[in-house]
Amino acid sequence: MDHAKSAARFAADEARTHWHDQALYSLRGKRDRAAATIPEWEQLRETAARVKEHTLSRLAEFLEEFERNARRNGIQVHWARDGEEHNAIVHGILARHGATRLVKSKSMLTEECHLNPYLEARGIEVVDTDLGERIVQLAHEPPSHIVVPAIHRKREEIGDLFHRTIGTEAGLSDPKVLTEAARQHLRQKFMAAQVGLSGVNFAIAETGGFVVVTNEGNADMGTSLPPVHIASMGVEKVIPRLKDLGVFLRLLARSATGQPVSSYTTHFHGPMRGGELHVVIVDNGRSQSLASEVFRRSLACIRCGACLNTCPVYRRSGGYSYSYLIPGPIGSVLGPQRDPAAHASLPFASSLCGSCSDVCPVKIDLHHELYAFRQVLVQKGLVPLRKRLAMAILGSVLSRPWAYRLAGRLLRWIVPRLPRWLAYGPWNAWGKQRELPPMPKESFRDLVRKEPP
Amino acid sequence: MAKVGLFIPCYVDQLYPQVGLAALRILRRLGVDVEYPEEQTCCGQPMANSGCVADAKPLADRFLRVFGHYEHVVAPSASCVSMVRNHYEPFLRGQAGFEHLRRSTFELCEYLTDVVKARKVQGEFRRKVGLHQGCHGLRELRLARSSELVAPAFDKVRSLLSQLDGIEIVPLSRPDECCGFGGTFAVKEEAISSLMGRDRLADHEQAGAEVIAGVDMSCLMHLEGLARRTGKPLQILHVAQILEQARLS
Repeated sequence: MDHAKSAARFAADEARTHWHDQALYSLRGKRDRAAATIPEWEQLRETAARVKEHTLSRLAEFLEEFERNARRNGIQVHWARDGEEHNAIVHGILARHGATRLVKSKSMLTEECHLNPYLEARGIEVVDTDLGERIVQLAHEPPSHIVVPAIHRKREEIGDLFHRTIGTEAGLSDPKVLTEAARQHLRQKFMAAQVGLSGVNFAIAETGGFVVVTNEGNADMGTSLPPVHIASMGVEKVIPRLKDLGVFLRLLARSATGQPVSSYTTHFHGPMRGGELHVVIVDNGRSQSLASEVFRRSLACIRCGACLNTCPVYRRSGGYSYSYLIPGPIGSVLGPQRDPAAHASLPFASSLCGSCSDVCPVKIDLHHELYAFRQVLVQKGLVPLRKRLAMAILGSVLSRPWAYRLAGRLLRWIVPRLPRWLAYGPWNAWGKQRELPPMPKESFRDLVRKEPP
Repeated sequence: MAKVGLFIPCYVDQLYPQVGLAALRILRRLGVDVEYPEEQTCCGQPMANSGCVADAKPLADRFLRVFGHYEHVVAPSASCVSMVRNHYEPFLRGQAGFEHLRRSTFELCEYLTDVVKARKVQGEFRRKVGLHQGCHGLRELRLARSSELVAPAFDKVRSLLSQLDGIEIVPLSRPDECCGFGGTFAVKEEAISSLMGRDRLADHEQAGAEVIAGVDMSCLMHLEGLARRTGKPLQILHVAQILEQARLS
C-alpha cells in the first residue's frame, strides 16, 4: 500500500481531515503547555536519551538482570523470539488454566504479534478494555494511533457502533453517556475474565518489577480481578534503575496527552496471593534494529505518540494511510526496519520538517532516520525505477555547468510558450493544485554580470 | 580573491534571480567582499533527499571545489545551507577543506546576525507580514527557537525584519507548522503537500497578512503556486527582497 495514495484518499474529505488535524494539533498544544511548566524539560529529554542509549548499549545484560530479579520476585519470565512464539506462550498459559476469557489492556506489542486473531482462532474470547481499543475492536479495525486508538472516529459514529454492537439506545453522542455505557459493558467482561493481559511501559532491571501506565484504570482492573496476569513487553522496555523511572514518567504523560502524570501508574513486583504473574519478553526483529548503528536509536521510543500528534502529514492522512501498524514518524522508521519492501513508501511520507525530532521526549532524530532510510531503500532497489532514473539524469545535468545552464535556459524558454493544457497535463503533479513558478527571461547568472561591482 | 562566495541555489538562479540580486546587494552595501563563482550549480539536496546519494556525491565534491577556498559562503536559502552543514559529512568526510566549508557556510540572515553582526536595520516596509518559518532554517540551522522546545525564544529573521518602520508581523495560530513543500514530497505526496500549503495560506490570511515572507524560496514557490491558483491576493517575498531596501549596520 502506497502512503501517498491512501493519504490522498483520506484527505479527499477535507472537512473531516481538518477535524482530524485539529483534534491532534490540540493534543500537541496540551503537550506544549505541560512541557513549558518544567523549566528543565530539555535537560530531562537529554537525560532520558542518554539512559536509553546506555541501556541499548548493553541491553542483554540489563534484560538478564531484570529476569533474575523478576524471578526472585516470583514472576515467571518467558522469552519469545518472535510474534508466533509470544502468542504460543500466552496461549499455553491460558490453556494450562483452562481459560477461555481474556481481558487485555492497551498493548501495541500484542497488536504487532497479532495475538487477538491467534487466540480467537483457538476459541478464546479476547476483550480489549481500553475504551479506544474496545471501540476499534468492536468496529473490527486496528488502532489508528498508538495512544488514542479511535481518534479517527467521531462520537456520533461511536454512538452508532455501540448501538449496533453492545445494544445501547440509538443516537447517543454524549461522551459521558458513551463512556458509562462502555464501563457497564466492560465491567461484565472484567468480572468474567479468567486471565488478564497488560503491556509494560517500563521494566526495571534493578528491582525486577515493571510499570504500567494508563488513564482508565482498566489495566489495574484487568490484572487484579483474574488470578493470572500476563504482561507482554518488547526487549527495549527495560531501564536500568528505579531512579531512572522518574525521568521517563515525567516525560511520558506530558508528551502523550499533556497530563502531568497519568491517572494510574501501577508498579508490579510479584503475583497476587494465590495467583500467577508472567512476563513475556519479545524480540520480534528488535535485535536486528539493535545491530544497526543508525536505526538502533528508534528502540528508545517510549510510545508517547507525540511525534504523531505533531506530524503535519499524519494529522492530514490518518493512521490507516500508513502500511505499518504504528503510524506516523516513529512507525515510518520502525515499519521499514521490519519489512522494507512492504513499507517502502513510509520513509517518503514526510516533508522532513523535523517537528517529530524536536518533540520526541527521548530525542530520537526521527527525521534524520527517515532521511537515512530512503538511502537504504534505494540501495535495496525498492524505490521506483522512474524516480531513480529522474534523479540520475538530474544529478548528471547538475554536475555539468554547461548542461545545467542549457537546461535552465530551455526550461525558461519553453514553459511560457506551452499551451496550458500541455503545461498542466496529468503528468504535472506539481500543477494539479499549484501554478508553476514564474519563468524569467534571464537567470541570476545572466543578471549578475550587469550589476555594478 | 573575495572573502565571501555567494551561493545561489540552482532554482533561485533560474527562477528567482531577483532574490539572488537582493542578497548580493545587501552584502555589497554592507561592504562585504563578495563574488559569485559561476561554476556552481546545485548542492545536491534533491538527490540526497530522495535517497539517491550516489547522484548527490559528485555535487558535494563540486561544491567543495568551487567554494572550499572562500573564507565564508553565504546563501539566501536555509535548506541548501543545511544540506552543506548537516548532510555533506558522509560525502566529504576527511577531505581537505571540508571542515572549514561546513563551519563557514551560512544562510543570509544568519550571516548578517552572527558574522557581520548587523544590529540595526533602518528602512521602512509598511505592510502586514506573515513570517513563514522554513523548517530547515528553524530546526536544522536553528535560526529561531522551534515551538517544540522549552528554551528562551529568539528569532534571527524576525529580529532583522521587525526593525523596519511600519512593518507589522502578524501572529499566526500555528507559528511554525510546515508548509508541505519538502522537495520531491511536493510531487510524491501531492495531495497532502498541497493541503498543508493551503492550510498555511489560510492561517496567514486569518492573521491579516498581506505579504508572506521567508528565507527559503522553495517553501515560498510552493505557497505562491497555491496562492496564485486559488486567486489569493497574498504577495510572496523572500526576506532578502524586503531587507534589500533597508540600511543595515
